[in-house]
Order: sequence, then structure tokens, then C-alpha cells
Amino acid sequence: MSLVGARVLRKEDPRLLTGRATFVDDLLPANCTFAQFIVSEHAHADIRHIDISQALQIPGVLGVWTALDFRDYPDLPGGLPDLERPPLATGRVRWAGEPIAVVVAEDRYIAADAVAAVKIDYNVLPAVSTIRAALAPDAQLLFPQHGSNCLVTVPMLDDLDRAMEACDERAQLRVVNQRCAVVPIETMACLADWNIDGLTMWATFQAPHHLRNKVSAWLNIPQNQCRIITPNVGGGFGAKIVFAPEFFIMPLLSKWVGRPVKFSQSRTEAMLQMTHGRDQEHDLEVGFDRNGRIKALRMVVTQNLGAYADPTGLGLPVLTNWMAGGCYKIAKVQTAFRCVVTNTTPVAAYRGAGRPEATYAVERLVDLVARRTGIDPVEVRRRNFIEPQDFPYETHNKAVIYDSGNFPALMDECVRLLDYETERKRQEAFRNDSSKPLIGIGFSTWIEIAGFGPNGSLEGFGHLASWESTQIRIHPDGSATIFIGSAPHGQGTETIVSQIASDELGISFDRINIVYGDTGTVIQGIGTLGSRSTPMVGSATKVASQRLLERAKKIAGHLLEASEDDLVVADDSFSVRGTPGKKVGWADVALASFQPLRLPPELQAGTLEERLFHESPNFSYPSGAYGCVVEIDRRSGKVRVAKMVLIDDCGTVINPLLAEGQVHGGVAQGIAQALFEEMQYDPSTGQPITSNLIDYLIPSAPDLPNYIAGRVNTPCPNNPLGAKGIGESGAIGSPPAVVNAIVDALSHFGVEHIDMPVLPEKVWKVLSTATKGST
Amino acid sequence: MIPAPFTYLRVGSVQEALDALAEYGDDAKLLAGGHSLIPLMKYRLATPKVLIDISGIAELSGVTFEGDSLVIGAATRHAIVEHSPVVKEHCRLLAYTASLVGDPQVRNRGTIGGSVAHGDSASDLPVSLLAMDAQFTAQGRNGTRTIAAADFFVGFWQTALTPNEVLINIKVPLAKQRWSYQKFTIRSQDWATVSSAVYGNAVALGAMADIPIRARDVESALLQGADISQAALLADHNTSPSSDTRASSDYRRHLARVLTEDGLREALARN
Repeated sequence: MSLVGARVLRKEDPRLLTGRATFVDDLLPANCTFAQFIVSEHAHADIRHIDISQALQIPGVLGVWTALDFRDYPDLPGGLPDLERPPLATGRVRWAGEPIAVVVAEDRYIAADAVAAVKIDYNVLPAVSTIRAALAPDAQLLFPQHGSNCLVTVPMLDDLDRAMEACDERAQLRVVNQRCAVVPIETMACLADWNIDGLTMWATFQAPHHLRNKVSAWLNIPQNQCRIITPNVGGGFGAKIVFAPEFFIMPLLSKWVGRPVKFSQSRTEAMLQMTHGRDQEHDLEVGFDRNGRIKALRMVVTQNLGAYADPTGLGLPVLTNWMAGGCYKIAKVQTAFRCVVTNTTPVAAYRGAGRPEATYAVERLVDLVARRTGIDPVEVRRRNFIEPQDFPYETHNKAVIYDSGNFPALMDECVRLLDYETERKRQEAFRNDSSKPLIGIGFSTWIEIAGFGPNGSLEGFGHLASWESTQIRIHPDGSATIFIGSAPHGQGTETIVSQIASDELGISFDRINIVYGDTGTVIQGIGTLGSRSTPMVGSATKVASQRLLERAKKIAGHLLEASEDDLVVADDSFSVRGTPGKKVGWADVALASFQPLRLPPELQAGTLEERLFHESPNFSYPSGAYGCVVEIDRRSGKVRVAKMVLIDDCGTVINPLLAEGQVHGGVAQGIAQALFEEMQYDPSTGQPITSNLIDYLIPSAPDLPNYIAGRVNTPCPNNPLGAKGIGESGAIGSPPAVVNAIVDALSHFGVEHIDMPVLPEKVWKVLSTATKGST
Repeated sequence: MIPAPFTYLRVGSVQEALDALAEYGDDAKLLAGGHSLIPLMKYRLATPKVLIDISGIAELSGVTFEGDSLVIGAATRHAIVEHSPVVKEHCRLLAYTASLVGDPQVRNRGTIGGSVAHGDSASDLPVSLLAMDAQFTAQGRNGTRTIAAADFFVGFWQTALTPNEVLINIKVPLAKQRWSYQKFTIRSQDWATVSSAVYGNAVALGAMADIPIRARDVESALLQGADISQAALLADHNTSPSSDTRASSDYRRHLARVLTEDGLREALARN
């Protein structure tokens, strides 16, 4: 029986659910010391003086260090030339929460007291916390040497006006994709131990080798003396592929104090110091005919980078531009973007990273076309879909060639499971009954870009390459260990890879274990990001298993005196087709593989080890159709998601249980963005005002609906599994479905758009204005 | 996220608590469930030098009768109030209100006395207790005194308790009255954006001023025979709600009217 496609329970669950998993902050080596940052209390200021004298007098304080102590080391990796981020603020602080100094003490309590005892004298500067403020003619500049707060501008490649003018109708829309905090359950943490044998650092990170490469270069030490271990990691969502200063500073502190140094953020520290996501403004225009066919689309993105240009932050608007056309056949798509710095926490990847923003823009536009033409939004989508026979489909950007999909089938299934006609009737019946909530129905048909990626795709973000590695080792008893270059942190990749390997090798699932997250044991790796692990490391493992099995069959054939072509492998043994009873166990084959006297002459001891770096010729393109029904309380304006239908096409599904789990979590984050979450700053001071989980509204289970899930499967043609990846789909597809439903519910009041998060008060304002207008 | 240094004292009786308060004065704070105080200490917004833990004092915990009142010990956990058969039978409003505090973890640790002594206008229990005209018993070195709910809450996070007093219990009337507690939140588990408690002819509001307040104009209008929808329109009279990330002052005023109308209708239906 094939395990691929089965609802196999997660290998990871027993240790995680019994509290026996080890996270960085669980580690406590002998003589461990504790570090904490002293951070800026102002959004924008020049540092006049730092007085550490009182802190140094506190018993148990081992030292306080400032930017001056790191002057022999470079700025943090990535970013833009001459505008890089220093490990600690040098001269100027650019956001409230930016680290200025760091203390190391015997325990966390002493460290906190020392932080409170450091006195900093600031010359406070005007703060710019919004894109508008940053681009004002007289705006205070974050980097005066650059001459502008706009760091990057990528203009339109040619003129779209003629195509727009040829359209029957044109519509413009301005949408804001608000700033979200990433909020993994586990905040940033690392434990550095630099001793005579070199540096070992345990870190909560999504790409250990990536971090190893950068940290060793920064410290100027050989890579074989720089070991990064990422033990169990409690969520990352993109913020844990960022080169945060702690990963570079803590090793040096360990060297300087001669003891292990641990750093672990509180939630409030994480809200200010971990990178944020989204924060784009879009100026959109769409040209279409009276039949709802879209002819031209213009997207201009302004990306708020926060205080420094993070390399993934710079990549966000690129991806948004790439995916501007969504799943529609639009003759002319033109895009542009610019990146702006503000006195806020730096912005980087967050689940979806540029694609949710694109999807939101184009899906809002499609609904606007439906509104303006009076054609049902489902029908407008159907009229514009890229058809199944159109694949591979070349988009407006030559980097993006959609490989597969079936949007009409996704739409049909979504409409069916949503019970669309019944919901429309209910909407109509409730609309004029003031005792009933307002009903709204919204759709999002989407395609995203995953499986990062083809050669060259990750290099631009500072990665070594874009492949992923696997290494299969058969032990003498026939059990297997697979070392993977991915670094899962909640996805269940141990289970997925074990399923694939078990099917290919005929070794039972429980006799396979997966090792990852350690540069000392895993040959090389890229990491878990960009919905890549299943398509990349899953494919690598499938092919490597097949190659290894060929040699195992040679040994089995030798032992059985049978032709290897006649061998069948299953249930931990090799048997001869058509000759019942003639079999040899995997354990014996494995044992023989280490015993030269039992091996066929062409093989050598230790032959049952296989490693493979899987390269992909293209990205993968997961797609889907999400449908949402909202109920709006007429008096308070509060929105309740009453129904959420999720039809995904992630190609081959390795494990439906895990695929559903990924979508559930992603949709929870998407609904959270649509209805609740926004990182806010005081516009005059630049002070964060949602920097804890009291003020930053993450929803919990009772705020979310039960999901109705369905599936369409068009296998990915670019990898041997046919898998597309599904880690980010839910967060990409869901926000526009929710907002489209809300706008639909309010459409009879003339509402064409409402910005996220759609808090009750925003809807109440619409409703109260509309009610006043009608009476 | 780590509090300033402090000394921890666990006391076994009210007398020991009073002695400790007398000894340490303004430097000391009483600790019960810790769900308001500890977060403030972690942010170093509160920096008591001495914490006097009263959560182990047996005489401060539990539900008893006294005359025509139900007496809730100040250190009684929310979960006890929520699930107590006695409270459920004799004071549904209190049991129901306790069931909406925070989440199950908070209700298993937090105490009714801690909640009211913190004096947060967006907390649930102070609003219902104000509607019920609850009586608060405080004990100091010179004996005990009773404080009426209307006099108990005096300002933002401030109550009538003096620094050397211990809140002993809260007395609520046994009289069965029609009741309702309406709480508006943006997400399901949260402090109230606005809340409205109805008990008999009394209406109290949460998060509409620095302290929980009575909607006196609503109450008088009802006494004068106004219908519910007219009376509820007066709910925001003499209020001063703040504006924050959850809601503007205007929206809070609107919510107060809506919740009060809903509460009055629900209470009437329970009559």
C-alpha cells in the first residue's frame, strides 16, 4: 500500500505533544550567561551619549557593549550598498526598538536590571512612520547621504496608456496591504558557545546552512569551525530567514566572556525587533470591456521597507509585480514599484511574501470589474481565466511561466461546496430584513509561486544556490536515516519525507528517521522557505531512493541468486516475482552491504548511501478557489466569517492531513489579516502602539469558522513527485475572499472597497453613513 | 519582561497580611491571582519592593451566605465563581460575568478581589458588581469598613482601598432580579471594548469612563416609563469613553447604546 497520499499521523507529534521537544531556550549548558539588548525608546534620534557605568556596577553583570565594540566587523549581510544595517545602531537610531547596546549577565534578571540602568542621551529627530510622511517634500531623511527616503524605483517598462484607452471601461483602485507582525509562537532565540574548538550556535532559524555561511564569513572563521544547529523551531513564517543582529553579536560575546551566551526575546521584544510583513500600497488600474473581459492592468506598488532594506524585504514588491496578473489571461499587464524607508521595524518575508499582496490586488480588481459591468463575479472570473489548455502560460514577466492548473474546475468545485445559489438567495432575503445580518459572498481565485526554485532564484536573496539536498543512509540493520537540507519548523517534513522514502525503498515508515537542522551532520542545505520543502527535498528523496534501491537490488539479487529485474521490494524485504517464499529481508541486504565477502564484485562496502542535490527547472504554481460567506451585524458592524470554502490545487498530495493543516493555518493568518491584525504606529512620534498581544489582535479558535475543503489535482510537471507546495497558499488566497465578501455585503450602499483590517468600527461608519443618507 | 527586584512574602492570615502592609507601607503590593499585577511588573510599570501573597489565606476564599447577601471571598478564583452552584442559583449575573473573564487559564488563576482591586473599567466583574450595588468589605489595622460599589471605584486603576487595607470579601444581594451582561469584543477572548450590565432597574457600563459607571439617565428614563429603545439612547450620557486602537470614542458611545438596549431586552425576557 502506498503511503504517499495517505493520512499518516505526524512523526513529529509524540515529542511535540508530550512536551519533550527541545527548543533553543530549553538548552542550558554549564556556565551559561544571558544577553539582552538595550533598545531605542525613540523612533528617530541621534545618540549623543551612552552611559553604561551604572549597569557595570551591578553584581553579576559581565559587560555592556555598544556599536563601538563592533567597529572592526562589517554591517549585517544583504541590504543595499552604503545603506546596510549595522549590528548595533551606530550614531543614529531609526526605529523604536532598534538595538543600541547589549548586556551579558549571570542570569536574565540581572541582565534586565542592567538594561534598565543604561542611560542614553538622545537628540530626538522628527519621525516618519508612514509612506506618505517619508515621501513628503520636506521629510526627515533616514539616510541623509542618499538624499531621499525612496531607496529603489523600478519604473514601468513601457506605456500602457494606449491599451487602457482602447478599453470600453477603466477603473482605478487604491488598496493598502497593511503591516502585519509575524508572531511565531517561539520568539527569536540563540545560544552561542565559542570555545577553543570553534563556534557552535543553536538558533531558531529556517535555513541553518545559510546562517552558517553568513556568520562564518562575518566572523572570518572557517565554515568547518562554525556549526549552526536549529533544534525544534516554533514557527518562522519568513521572519526566521532574516539576518538579525543577535546571530552575529552573540558568538562574539561568547568569545569575549569565555562562556556560552543565550539570547531569548520576550514577546514585546519580538514584536519590535523581529521583522514585520506586508506593508504595501497599491495604485491599480484595470481596463475591460462591457462583457467583463479584462484587457489591461496596471499595478504600481509602494513598499514600506521599515528602517533598513532587508534583502527579502527588497524582494517583496518584485514578487508582487511578478504575480500581478493572477490567474487571468490579460493581454497587457504593466507593473512598477518603489521601496521607501520609514522609522519602523524593518519589513521582510511573511507567509506568502509578496504573493498575498498581488493576489489581494488582482482579486479586488476583478470584483470591481464585476461591479462596474453588473456581471456576477463568478462569471467575470470564468470569462478571464487562463484555460487548462493554455499551460505552460507565459505571463507578463518572463521569469514566471505558469506550469499547470485548472481554474474553471476549481471555480466549479468552490461554487458547488459553497452552495452559491442558496447563499445568494439568503443574501437577497436578508437584505431587507433588519432583524437579520447582512450577508456577503466573496471569492478569490488565485495562483501563487512556490517551490523556490529554479537555479538563480534564491541566489538573489543571498542564498548559496536554489537546489535542495538529501542524503540517505542505510544502517546495517536495514533501518534508514535521511539527512535533509530543509529545516522544517512545524510543517511535518519528517513525516512527508519518510512517506516518500518508505514507498520507494520498501522500508517501513517507522524504520526511517529524518535528520535536519545541523550543519555539523547535514552535508549542505538551503532551508525551509518559499513553500519548497515537499517539491524540492521530497523530489530529491524520491530520486535518491530510486538510485539507492538499484544497488540494494543488486545485493539482494546476488544473495537470492536471482535477477535484480525480477525483484520486488515491500514490507522491509525483497522477494522474487513469481517465486513465492524466495525472499531476503532488507536487514540482511543492509548487513551484506557492509560485508565485502557477501557483495557482488562490482559493489563496495558502504554502497547503500546516496546523496542528491535536486535542481528544479521552474518554480511550482499552486492555485485555488476560495469562497467566503460573511454575516455582518447591522448595528455594531462586526463581521463574522460564516462559511469558508477552500479548494486547493497543490498537485500531488503526499499527506492530506498535513496539507489540510497547512491550509488551515494559512487561512487563519489570512482571516486575521482581513479582520483583525495591523501593526500601528503613532503618526506623530513613530512609537509602536500595538507592540504586545493585548493591543495587536491575533484571533483565536473561536474567531475562526470551520473550513469546508475540496481539492483539484493537476500534477506539477516540473518535479518527479508532481507536488507544488502548500505552505503559503492559505495566507495568499484567503484575505481577498473575506474582503470581497464584506464589500459584497455592503455593495447596495455603493461601497466598492474597504481596507484591511475590517474592524467593526469601519463597517459601522459605512452603515451609519448609509442609513443617514437614506432617511 | 522581567520585573524589577522584589521580595516575596506568603502570608497565612489576614492579620499577617495587615502586619506586613504596616511594615512595608507603600513599598508593598498584595498579590492574589496576579493576572493584573504581574504583567504590570513585567513591564516595570509597577515596581513594588515587596509582594505579599494572600492567595493562600483560607478565610479569603469561598462563597457563603450572610443575611440576605451572598458573600464572595476576595481571593476566590473566577472559575469558582463561574461554576459555583450557589452563585449560579442566587446570582446568575455574577456567575455569568465571571464566565466571560479572559480564558480558562485566566479564570483558574485570577480572583474576584484582584479584578475589582485593580479597578480597570474594561474588566467584566466591576461592571456587574456596580449594577448590583455590591458591598466591598475592607479590613485595616483599625478594623473593617464597608464600601458601597458606587464609592469603590474612584479613578483610572484606582479604588477607595487604602494602601494598608486588605479587601476581604464582596457582598451581593440575594434578591432575584432580571439581569443581563452584554460584552462587545472584537475577538472572542478579550477585555470589553464596551460592556453593559443590567440588574433589576440598574444599568452599569464598562469602558465608558475611567471607572465603571452607572447609566443614571437610562435608569431614570425607565422609571419614568420610557420604552427600552428610547431609554437606551441615553446610555452614553455623562460618559467619557477613550479612543484607542480598538474603537473611537464615538463608536464606544454607539456600542453603549446598542448593548444597553440589548441588555434591557434580554433582562426583560428573563423576567
